[in-house]
Amino acid sequence: MSKRNSNWGNTLQGRFLRWMRFGWEPMDVLLIDKMSQDRDESVNDALSAAENLRDLQLSEKYNADTAIEHSIMQELDEWSLSKGRKIVNRLYALLSVTLCVTVILLLLETVIAMPMRGVAVSPTNNEVSQRYIEEGMEETGAVNIVAGMILDYRAFDTLGESTVLFIAACAVLILLRIDRDKDGRPTQELIAAEEDDRSHEPKSDRILQGSAMILTPVVLLFGIYVVLNGHLSPGGGFSGGAIIGAGLILYLNAFGFAKASRFFSYKTFALITLLSLSFYALAKAYSFYCGANGLPSGIPLGTPGSILSSGLILPLNICVGMVVACTMYIFYAMFRKGGI
Amino acid sequence: MSLVQNFPFFSIFLCIFGGVVTSVLNKKAARRVTLCISAIVFLMSATVWHYTLSATGSYSFMMGHFPAPFGNEIRIGRLEAVMATLFSFIMFMTLLSGLFNLDNHAQPQKQNLFFVMVDLSLAALLVMLYTNDLFTAYVFIEIMTIASCALIMVRQNGHTLVSATRYMIMNLLASGITLLGISMLYGITGHLLMPQLKQAVSVIHQRGLYSVPLTVVVLLLTVGLSIKSALFPFHSWAPDAYGNAPPVSAAILSGLVSKGYIFLLIKIFYRVIGMDVVRSQHILEVLFVFGIAGMLIGSVSAVRQRDIRRMVAYSSVAQIGYVFMGIGMGTAAGTAAALFHMVAHAAAKPVLFISSAALTDASGDHKRFHFLHGAGYRCKAAGVSFSITAMSMVGIPLTAGFISKVRLSLAGMVLPDAYRFAVLFTLAISTLLNAVYFLHTVVSVYRKASPEAQQAVPCPLHPMTLQSKVSLVILALLTLILGVLSGPVMQSIFAGLRSFS
Repeated sequence: MSKRNSNWGNTLQGRFLRWMRFGWEPMDVLLIDKMSQDRDESVNDALSAAENLRDLQLSEKYNADTAIEHSIMQELDEWSLSKGRKIVNRLYALLSVTLCVTVILLLLETVIAMPMRGVAVSPTNNEVSQRYIEEGMEETGAVNIVAGMILDYRAFDTLGESTVLFIAACAVLILLRIDRDKDGRPTQELIAAEEDDRSHEPKSDRILQGSAMILTPVVLLFGIYVVLNGHLSPGGGFSGGAIIGAGLILYLNAFGFAKASRFFSYKTFALITLLSLSFYALAKAYSFYCGANGLPSGIPLGTPGSILSSGLILPLNICVGMVVACTMYIFYAMFRKGGI
Repeated sequence: MSLVQNFPFFSIFLCIFGGVVTSVLNKKAARRVTLCISAIVFLMSATVWHYTLSATGSYSFMMGHFPAPFGNEIRIGRLEAVMATLFSFIMFMTLLSGLFNLDNHAQPQKQNLFFVMVDLSLAALLVMLYTNDLFTAYVFIEIMTIASCALIMVRQNGHTLVSATRYMIMNLLASGITLLGISMLYGITGHLLMPQLKQAVSVIHQRGLYSVPLTVVVLLLTVGLSIKSALFPFHSWAPDAYGNAPPVSAAILSGLVSKGYIFLLIKIFYRVIGMDVVRSQHILEVLFVFGIAGMLIGSVSAVRQRDIRRMVAYSSVAQIGYVFMGIGMGTAAGTAAALFHMVAHAAAKPVLFISSAALTDASGDHKRFHFLHGAGYRCKAAGVSFSITAMSMVGIPLTAGFISKVRLSLAGMVLPDAYRFAVLFTLAISTLLNAVYFLHTVVSVYRKASPEAQQAVPCPLHPMTLQSKVSLVILALLTLILGVLSGPVMQSIFAGLRSFS
């Protein structure tokens, strides 16, 4: 002990040892006191008196350090609340504006240098798009070549896209669904959400109900038409599903959850999503397996232009449409009151 | 085409189908299904790896009826197969060992949705490894982003939601940047499949056409994927996200998900843009500098942490820096070392997250270091596995971390003087810093707490089950196995990289 100078706690070695012992934590005085008391009691078995003394010195030094640290932090807090915040905010604003302007200029420069669109020599007008346009109808059986492209040529990407919708719906369910408790009783949160639902708006609006009565069937029918004709005319699962979802949301807005849940409960959602996505996955798995292994798939393409044609595209469009409609509806219901 | 060649396709579809089915099951069944799926995927990937070792090497697999430039395709080679094998094994073991305290973090009614996310992130990881099509890669980047965000926010308290929001904003920005890069690349080449893209890019580069868009494309793709993998200047989301997520999610995110993005970036460099073109754009130098900065700043920040989970999270930032330094060297040896470091980190980081969670659970849920005294005795399996993997992170011989550091420095030795000095110097400093913070943790975990403090610690609500203890130790032993028997993995990495270019 005698060799050590009195300022030992402040040297590099001393500070390192202190860090090994306590970490960075500015320990409160009580804890240090308690520790040194613990040590005092166990002097006989573990620690020599000298070490104990060093610990005490360390802890005193530590308390002094903590006090200084606290005062500095307090000053810093005050500074950052008044003057510092202004400076930092201005600096951030300046930096972000500079960054945005730089990126905008860079991207504009790129747009100028990009190949022209809609010109015969553009690189995108190559053998790929030529084959899609010229042989698409014959190879996929779909008059709408966009449907043929997304559901046959590049069906794997579209499976991924429908999975994106499904996983987004699941993520929203994780975030917003309010569950009943273990015994199936509604929780406080659930009751509050039920009460809060539309508390500031008229419950049964005549005008809304009247127009919804006329509009909902038309909207739903149009959505079904767009889905079913996806392989014949512009449209398909994604757009048709969005229309159906909008129709369902309109109905829900006009007539409330009590009536809507007669035909669309959480179970309906789960069942429809499960059936459509697993049908999609299994059907495409079969078709990919056949395609990759060079086996005939045995799915008839039919005559292009008739409603029952183009192989798997029609059923897949229906699946995608149902998933999209359910996802839209569930998003709305979750954001409105955390349940159906 | 033999049955084995279909296995990558089977495993991708199994994961997607499993994810869909899991959404309607209850918690227990969902857990079983997910464990089964990851085990089956591991077995199939191992078979595929064995097949690629014996056969000529790589083959491409049509996803549909239409050949390459018209339809989707996946490509299977030794590198993809060995990565898929190791990653699916790590996923299986992480799930086995990390699920014991999920009830602390997630509502029981929502746990089946948690498993949906796990299944689909495994699917997305596999697709990122195998895909031969840039747009498919983007679609599954989206799935991965949403899944990982949901994996964080399954624990619903204020801090976690804030970190999930941050994660979401940064990752969506990165997705957007990547998509912009991909669509510009399509605009100047007219292709989305990797072999055709590479051909078109090399033609464009030789003729000197579209040089500005090409540079911007390389920049956008690199920036997008480095934000997602938490490279240094874009790392600010990582410590919060990893520190506040449930431990098993943090393990999956930092161990596996970030590796998927880096692998995709390597694939883009080698198989889409071509290393010659990448070198001419000088993006590698930028990655090298940021990698080195990440190694140092990540380690320094880790030393400064007072919370064990955040310390492990900052150490991830440092390790990602190692990987990008390896890529930034621009040589095959450097990239191979980076790939091996990815594997080593993927094996170690889940163990660190899960065992630190078990240690804090055993200390009355306190994460600060001085409360952890004696935790290594209270939860022996976690203490042992933490120590083993901490040694791997430091790079002590016989562990995987040692091999990857040796490989990185060997790859650095053949570079020009300035690079060589930078590599060796930073490796030395960073190893020292790693040793300081990891060994400090090991020491404080094994410090005897005073008997009173020992008695005052409450019993954890969900102690580690025997199953999770055993699998945690097995996963920790994987770092030793990878360290002792690194030969086959290294050979596959080199062979796979050769077939990439």
